[in-house]
Amino acid sequence: MLEFLQIYWWVVVSLLGGIFVFMMFVQGGQTLILGRDELEKDLIINSIGRKWELTFTTLVIFGGACFAAFPLFYATSFGGAYWVWMAILFCFIIQAVAYEYRKKPDNLLGAKGYELFLVINGIFGTILIGIAVSTFFSGSEFELSSNNFVEWKSEFRGLEALKNPLNLALGIALFFQARVGASLYLINNIDDEKLRGEFRASLARNFVQFLIFVVIFLAWIMLKDGYHISQDGVIVMREYKYFMNFMQMPFVLMIFLFGLCLVIFGVYKGVFTSSIRGIFPYGVGIVMVVFALFLIVGLNNTAFYPSYFNIQNSLTIYNASSSLYTLKTMAYVSLFVPAVLGYIAYVWRLMDKKKLTKDEIKDDEHIY
Amino acid sequence: MDLSSVDFSRAQFALTALYHFLFVPLTLGLSFMIAFMETIYVSTGNEQWKKITKFWLRLFVINFAIGVATGIIMEFEFGTNWANYSWFVGDIFGAPLAIEGLFAFFLEATFFAVMFFGWDRVSKKFHLLSTWLVAIGSNLSAYWILIANAWMQDPVGTSFNPETIRNEMSSFVEVALSPMGVSKFLHTVGGGYITSALFVLGISAYFMLKKRNFVMAKKSFVVASSFGFLCSLFVLFSGDESAYQVAQKQPMKLAAMEGLYSGEINAGIVAFGVLDPKKEPGDGKDPFLFEIKAPYALGIMATRGINNFTPGIEDLVFGNENFNIISADDRIKSGKIALGALEGYKRAKERGDQISVLENRRLLEQNMQNFGYGYLEKAEEIVPPVALTFYSFHIMVSLGGYFILLFFVALYLSMANDIENFKKFLWICVWSIPLGYVACEAGWIVAEVGRQPWAIQNLMPVGIAATNLSGANVAISFALFALLFSALFIAEIKIMLKQIKIGF
Repeated sequence: MLEFLQIYWWVVVSLLGGIFVFMMFVQGGQTLILGRDELEKDLIINSIGRKWELTFTTLVIFGGACFAAFPLFYATSFGGAYWVWMAILFCFIIQAVAYEYRKKPDNLLGAKGYELFLVINGIFGTILIGIAVSTFFSGSEFELSSNNFVEWKSEFRGLEALKNPLNLALGIALFFQARVGASLYLINNIDDEKLRGEFRASLARNFVQFLIFVVIFLAWIMLKDGYHISQDGVIVMREYKYFMNFMQMPFVLMIFLFGLCLVIFGVYKGVFTSSIRGIFPYGVGIVMVVFALFLIVGLNNTAFYPSYFNIQNSLTIYNASSSLYTLKTMAYVSLFVPAVLGYIAYVWRLMDKKKLTKDEIKDDEHIY
Repeated sequence: MDLSSVDFSRAQFALTALYHFLFVPLTLGLSFMIAFMETIYVSTGNEQWKKITKFWLRLFVINFAIGVATGIIMEFEFGTNWANYSWFVGDIFGAPLAIEGLFAFFLEATFFAVMFFGWDRVSKKFHLLSTWLVAIGSNLSAYWILIANAWMQDPVGTSFNPETIRNEMSSFVEVALSPMGVSKFLHTVGGGYITSALFVLGISAYFMLKKRNFVMAKKSFVVASSFGFLCSLFVLFSGDESAYQVAQKQPMKLAAMEGLYSGEINAGIVAFGVLDPKKEPGDGKDPFLFEIKAPYALGIMATRGINNFTPGIEDLVFGNENFNIISADDRIKSGKIALGALEGYKRAKERGDQISVLENRRLLEQNMQNFGYGYLEKAEEIVPPVALTFYSFHIMVSLGGYFILLFFVALYLSMANDIENFKKFLWICVWSIPLGYVACEAGWIVAEVGRQPWAIQNLMPVGIAATNLSGANVAISFALFALLFSALFIAEIKIMLKQIKIGF
């Protein structure tokens, strides 16, 4: 029962990770305002601005779920990689006020100040999260005391991950992915043919750039050694571990490949057709791709948060999880997730039924 | 552990929490007040109520945004700065935080978009429902985070597992419905409602004084004064219940709140007092330079009866045989036995020595209730900062009494349809706006400073709970937070004042 619940909760956390990466289209949209005139900026900001809180909340939930289900990971990663997480949090703190305060008179920093906040969140929020997640594959420099208290060995407290350019590859891939998602979302949500044409062009450019970095990242993880939990519980390096995880979990591989097809299909719809609905297959697809990547980093006897300083201190879903009682209790709580997703989807449809136009932005008092 | 790192982590948590709680009370109360106003609009069709609702909504969203901004760090700061704590009790503590996110934050985030953007996109009734859901979501969020905080004050529903060297949840119901948690929730949200009522009262009073949008301002004034009056009475009773819970579970905190060094039967409450800053436990000096006491009141509040003993700081430090209070020194000795037994248990397990395993386990269980004391060296360490706790408590209670009077007079005068003739009183309402915030922050200082040295009462002192980080790292992040939050706070105040000036 305990092992089932540990796997169940890793699946939930992986799904949250996938949803969060999809929702990063908000961050992508924030960087697409660069070089735009005032009305276009207003249109983009008000379009993604109706969704920014959902992305934010998904990040918060991800933290909460990790704390509840895998408290040793929460403690080790957040306490250990202190500066990476602080930097990510600062990026999101400034985002939270930027939408509301940007156009308000007497806002201290001026509209440009808050737009800079949005751009910072869009660039560094995505890249740093990518770097943090990449350490699930590359490993980190920590040790655990006999009481399981983290001792981080690098004085850079997580920022040393920047030294590995392959960690950076995932960060940059996420950055471009966010812009791909944003382009598709804006094509769907903004009713303006000129802008739609521009977003389609932006979609193509950003997708190519995304592909370059994501292929580098995927090639690296498929070819690298990974942290395998052997039968006696000892953690060893195993060749092509993540590739073998795909081979040994064909269902996960199917999810990954199907997701990839949906991503490509969504982008194809956005670039090569006049459809405005590319965001839907893309969104489902990116959730599936990221979900599958999280699954191969944590399941099939893989240490999901490895330590290259002391390999035996690497975290697994078995040694990092909460107790059976807590996992079971939280599993009951998770039964409400479909209801939560349901009302989110309902309100999303309701609010996005009517597309945003330049006239609405000019006339409406309820805008950001 | 670098002690400056612990102190900086404490300071950082205090800074971020105090900043966050500048914005939470208004969200908690104003969301409901707006829901009331919009309900009146939808049920009467009176467009004036729609204008009133939209005005307060404009102010609400300014506050809400910075509340969200200052809140995200709280979710993660347990991990960044209190990693040892997060592992040691994460099995229990993580659950309410996750539930808060799932049930409350998503509700707020989803329906907030409808509340703000949906006026012309959804039906009147759906918009009204969304407003109510934002109010419910905010208060639900408060419930779960206060359950988590209450668990730190009274760690129920848990048992220590020597195999995993951590505390594990044994009863979710005990955690989720703990009397400490429920009373803390009712009292804290009540304080938030008062703060928001003062906000609406004061701004409405300002408009009436300037004879601007008089009718709408007066309508808002009536809503605020009735809401505020009811909440002030409620907070009086919930405060009494909270104090009773503190007396039962954290007697040292209660003693600090009252500056009670030497325990008494039928102890009196200090209505007003000035502490002697040089007072130390056991020095025989009077703790007060000056005091006015209400006799019997503390004993009744703390024990719900008469002729009962309320322990003081010295009883808890040095022990009191007459009332079966063991000394802190004895608790420290017992705690060190527990810690030693845990180490012995671990070593015995490694050796495969079953007899030693069982013996150490028995010793551990026998001394588990004093486990946290084992990390302390001196009995006096269990005394929290008395002056800060005492003055904060008395400021909060004094303001609580003032609010009852203020709202009563406001309600009376506005019901008598006479309020505009009492200009001095209206200015008092304006200048009373910040006092709600002062009372709320003072209350948090009592709750958290009064808890020291414990991160978790009797189980884990703060010195052990903090992340193993250099002081320099935390000093830098502390400075960055101070700078950023101060800048955002100034921006928020400027924007808010401008929007108030623009009016209905």
